[in-house]
Order: sequence, then C-alpha cells, then structure tokens
Amino acid sequence: MKLFQRLVPWILLAIALFILPAALDDFRLNLFGRYFALSITALAIDLIWGYTGLLSLGQGIFFALGGYAVAMNLMLNTKSQAGGNGIPKFFENYGVDQLPFFWQPFWSPVFSLIALWVIPAAVAGVVGWLIFRNRIKGVYFSIITQAALMVFFHFFNGQQKLFDGTNGLKTSTSELFGQLVGSPDMQTWFYRLTVLLLPLAFLVCRYFTSGRFGDALIAIRDDESRLRFAGFNPVPFKTIVFLVAGALCGISGALYTVQSGIVSPQYMSISFSIEMVIWVAVGGRGTLVGPIIGATVVNYLRSLVSEALPEAWLFVQGALFIFVVVLMPDGIYGWITKGGFRTFLAAFGIAKKAKTYPQLDKEAIPVD
Amino acid sequence: MELFFSQILDGLSIGSVLLLAATGLAIVFGLMGVINLAHGEFMMLGAYVTYVVQSAFKPMGGVIFELYFPISLVLAFIVTALIGVLLERTLIRQLYGRPLETLLATWGVSLILIQLIRSVSTAMMLGIIVGVVVGFLLSKLLAAKFSEKPFFTYLNGLGWAIAIGIGLVAVNLFDQIRPLAKPWFGPRNIDVTAPKWLQGSWGMIGTIELPGLRIFIILLSALLLVATYWFLNKSVWGLRIRAVTQNRQMSNCLGIPTDRVDSITFGIGSGLAGVAGCAITLLGSVGPNLGAAYIVSCFMVIVLGGVGNLLGTVLASLLLGIIQSVIGSGTLLTIFPDMPLAAKGVIEFFATTSMSLVLVFIFIIVFLQFRPNGMFPQKGRSVDA
Repeated sequence: MKLFQRLVPWILLAIALFILPAALDDFRLNLFGRYFALSITALAIDLIWGYTGLLSLGQGIFFALGGYAVAMNLMLNTKSQAGGNGIPKFFENYGVDQLPFFWQPFWSPVFSLIALWVIPAAVAGVVGWLIFRNRIKGVYFSIITQAALMVFFHFFNGQQKLFDGTNGLKTSTSELFGQLVGSPDMQTWFYRLTVLLLPLAFLVCRYFTSGRFGDALIAIRDDESRLRFAGFNPVPFKTIVFLVAGALCGISGALYTVQSGIVSPQYMSISFSIEMVIWVAVGGRGTLVGPIIGATVVNYLRSLVSEALPEAWLFVQGALFIFVVVLMPDGIYGWITKGGFRTFLAAFGIAKKAKTYPQLDKEAIPVD
Repeated sequence: MELFFSQILDGLSIGSVLLLAATGLAIVFGLMGVINLAHGEFMMLGAYVTYVVQSAFKPMGGVIFELYFPISLVLAFIVTALIGVLLERTLIRQLYGRPLETLLATWGVSLILIQLIRSVSTAMMLGIIVGVVVGFLLSKLLAAKFSEKPFFTYLNGLGWAIAIGIGLVAVNLFDQIRPLAKPWFGPRNIDVTAPKWLQGSWGMIGTIELPGLRIFIILLSALLLVATYWFLNKSVWGLRIRAVTQNRQMSNCLGIPTDRVDSITFGIGSGLAGVAGCAITLLGSVGPNLGAAYIVSCFMVIVLGGVGNLLGTVLASLLLGIIQSVIGSGTLLTIFPDMPLAAKGVIEFFATTSMSLVLVFIFIIVFLQFRPNGMFPQKGRSVDA
C-alpha cells in the first residue's frame, strides 16, 4: 500500500492530464476541473479531520476568501467591468464613488496571488489559536466553526456596499491577459493549473502527515490529554495544521471560482461546508487518497442526479450521509484497504477468509 | 425610553423562542451527548403541524377556530416527539459515543426532511408506504431462509435496495393520477394567522403597550421551562434520566431500562422543538428552510450557557435575544442621539438583523476566552470525552 500511496499523485496526474482531456468535451472537462479544485479542499479537511481529529464545519470561510481574492483582482483589472470612476460597476448601484480601502491592494496581481492563500491562512491561524488556546475541541469546535461560518456568510451577504452582497462577484465576464476568463481557451488553462496543483497539494499533505509532525497530529486525534501529560503542547500543532488547511482551502476556492465563473456568499453556506466533510467521509478519512476519490465521485454523482432529477438530489445526499456514517465509517478507500471487499467476497464463498486466531491456537505449542 | 423597553420586550420574546428551541437541544446534548443537527427541522415540522391544524379548523370558524392554537401546540409536541423517538430507535441508537458521526448523520436526516416537506404529495406518501412495507416483507422472507448464511447482511441490503426501487416505481405510477400528484405544501412559505385573542394589545404598563403575541410567547416558554424542570427533577422518569446521565452502566445494573430512557429523552427534546416551531408561526411566515435559521443560534446559546444547565440556557438565550433585538434594530441611535461619532458608526454598521448576529458571535468568542466552558460549567473534575 505504501508504494501505491507513493505513486498516487503521479497516476492521478497522468489520468487528469492525458486521458480526461482526450475523452471529454469542453463542458465536461470544466466540470472535472471543478471537482479537482474541490478535491484540494477535501485534502485539507482530511488533514485536519482525518489526521488531527478536528471536525471543522467552517472550511467554506477559507474557500470563499480565496475565491473573493481572485475575483476582486479580476474585477478591478477588467476595463469593461469598470464604471465611471474606474471602479467596478456594481458600486454605483449603492452610491459608492470611492474604492473601499481594502480593495486597493487587489489592483496588483502579485498581491492577489499571495493574498488568496495568505489571507485564509491568517484568518484560520487567528481563529484557530483563539479556539485551541481554550482547549475547545470535539463537538464544541465543530459548533464554533459553524457559527464562525455563519458570521462570515452574514457579513459578506449583508454588506452590499463592500462586496455586492448576495449577487457575488462574477469572474466569467472579466478579463485576464486580454482574454475573457470564461472563454474555453482560458478554461483549459485553468484546468491544467488545477491538475498540476492537486498532486502538489497531495504532496504537501503527505509531508505534514508523515514523520514526527504527522505522529503528533495522530496522537492529538487519538488522545490529546495523554499527549499533554507527556509534556507536549498541542496548541501550536493544531494551529499550524489548521492554518495550512485554511491556505489549501483558499487555493481550492480560487481555482473553483475561476472555473465556475462566480464567487458568492453561497460558498459560505452551512450546507456546502458540511458537504465538504462528507466528501472526505465517503472517500475514507485519514488516507489522503480517499478524499480525492470522495470529492470527485460525490460531485460527479451530484451532476448526474441533478441533471436527471433536480428534486431528488437532497434525498440522495441525505441518504448518502446516513449510509456512509452508519455502514461505511471508513469510506470507500478504507473499506477496500481494511479488508471490507475481501469479507464481501468471502461471504459469497469467492475468496478465502483471512486466517484467524483458531488456526494460531492449533499451531501453538501446548502448554502444560 | 419607552422605545427601549418595547425593544427589550421584543428581545425577550425572541429570546423565549430561542429558549424553547435550545432547551430541547440542550436536553438531548447534555443528557445523551448527541448533537442533533435535525433539531431545526423538527421546529419546521412543528410549524407545519400548526399550519395543518389551522387549515383543518378554518371551515368551522367562530369560537372553535379561535381554539385551534392550543390544540396545535399539543399536537405539534406529540407529532414531533413521535418522529424523534422513531429517529432515535432507528438511527441515533447506532451511533452512541460517536458525537461527530451523529452530527453528520442527523444533518443527512435534516436534508431529507427539508426536501420531503418541499415535494411531499399523496403519491409520494403512498410510494414511501409501499417501499417500506415491501422492504419489511422482503427482509422477513430473507431472514426466514438465509439468516444463518454469511452473506445474509449483504442480501438484506440488496432486499432493501429492491424495495426502494419498487417504492420509486410506485411513486411514478401514482404520479400519473393527477389529484394524487399535487404537492401538499410545496417549496413556498406558508402563513398562519394568529387567533384573534392573541392579536392586539393585552393592556399597558405605564405608557408601554403589551403586545399579546409577545407576552404569550414569553409566558409559554416560561411555563414549558418550569414543566421541563419539574419533569427532570421531580418525576420518576426524570430521576431515571438523570441517573442514566451520571452513570449508564450502574443504572442499567439497577434495572433502569436505559434504552427506553434514551428514547424518552430524545422524544421530549424533539417535542420541545415542535412547540418552538409552533410558536414561530406566530411571528411570521415559515418555510422549509426555517430550521437553518435557528439551529446555529441555538448552538450559540448552548455554548454560551454551558452544557446541560437549564439556568445557563435561560440566561444565554434571553441575553442573545436582547442583544439581537436592541442592536439589530438600531434603537440605541434613537435613544442616545448625542453619542460620539465613532460609536455611532460602529452601531450603524451592526444595525441589521444579520449584522447583529456577527456582533453576537464576536461577543461569544471574547466571552469564551475568559470562561471557556460557558457561563455555568459543569462542576466536578472535567472529563475529556
């Protein structure tokens, strides 16, 4: 399995680079580009939930912050989007004639490229430190991150003057290098970028989960009190890993935004953030490979179901949550690697059952 | 100042609704360690029960119609409590001791309930009944023949999958018949008209008017709180619930039926949510998305108040209600018109319902920096679980 894990990023890269573009039309390819962008978020959640045991229900914050950073830059640098004062048109609707001060730095593409992962990381770092410092964990951590998510949602949704509120910022009609971001050519480039960044994100996550740092994370997940009694302070570990996950989510959000054509407060809705968690659960948490599988499979399923029967998706999604949590706690990847598939075959007499203790008993030297 | 007091009164009534909702959540969470994200959807179900009862009473008119509200309060409690017990028996029971998993599974339940309310029709209901009946029959049939075989679990799963398929086909067939296919509620919001005796004013204190609706909600939640307190502390089942909370194994050894205690606790928590939903219908129109609006506020109440503590829940919900109402409506500006410019800017910034939530969250995070376990933390050695 170790070898397989080592090969995974390269296999993924090969499939995504060569096989998918050859097999799919532009529209489908764009969809897969989005799934891969979301897979980066799933990786980040696996890092904090699967390895460190922090179930954050607020990753949408960092996802959306990354998206907004990119969208703001694209907005500012598009001539056709500009109104009378040279600032984006929507400001006129709310009678704003001067660019708000925090928009100013987003003129610069370099600043925006850095901001799209530094801002989410900084927010994650501060919020995380404030929470972990007080030893808030488990369910309380989940609730507080969810509350934080709702706060950010209301902030972006309510402040029409600052971010165009509910409408969100459109990126598909803005320009980059003189081309429309929504054009097929640009989209193909964004797809390639996503496909290159996904294995990179995988490697980053593997770097953090292997070695001594990774051991500390797993120790925090399994028994934090004991780690503390052993003389470790878990707070910096948790803060760092939460910060890294925030940065990854920011990158993921930026990639998703340019490929879906809009960023809006909906990215910070409660349901979307919980959905992200379920991608990880479906794929198999604590595996790094699982989340990628989970995010891609679930989102593909979502596209299929909502194309065929739009009303049915919530039913399917709800049933999926319950099914995975109750019957498949290790997810798809975990089910296969932990012998679930083998037991399945064995139940029908196709594969032999694994050797078990009675056999060992027979071979053991009799004691007398 | 009158305005200020009437805002406080408003805040108290918002807080009372929060209190009703949060009490149920706090009982389930504090006593069973289960996070129920479908709690908001139980509130929604309670609101829809009220709507159904109202529609049924409308033709009768007159005095009988005026009485529909107390009846729907009782019915909302009963219906949601029964659904809660059903949920506990089938799903939550499998997940005890795994709070994070319960959180995800109940979120799944909430999604299903939302979509169910949006698209339920007679045809769909019949289809569901057909599917469940076929599923049970198949499972009995298979158990009789294959229960000893190693592949029985998988076969049973297959049987249920077939039953779901048959149910779907049945829904499609019933959908062909026009009158059956009409959705009961649809995705739109519904309106419940408050009975006459609740509309208007219930008298004055000095120069302050007492709006009947608000006072009624405050009284209702006070009454239910007292009832809950009495139930938990004085009744036999309350005693058993508290015993199971403190030491499950020992209670089991002493002959307390712990599974039934779990069901009853969950049922009461859900029932209280139903009553809260019933009360919400008085405040405005309600829809399938009602739950999402309240669930996070309820959790904030619990985090702020401290888990499993009724007094904390009361104080926290009233406090949050008042902050939301006083800041959110911008009343402070009209009361103190001469405040410094900086303070004015800050208050104006937060003077909408949604922005006051932002303020409340900041308040909670700051508060938790000083008292990480809420206002009234549980006494004794802290248990890491």
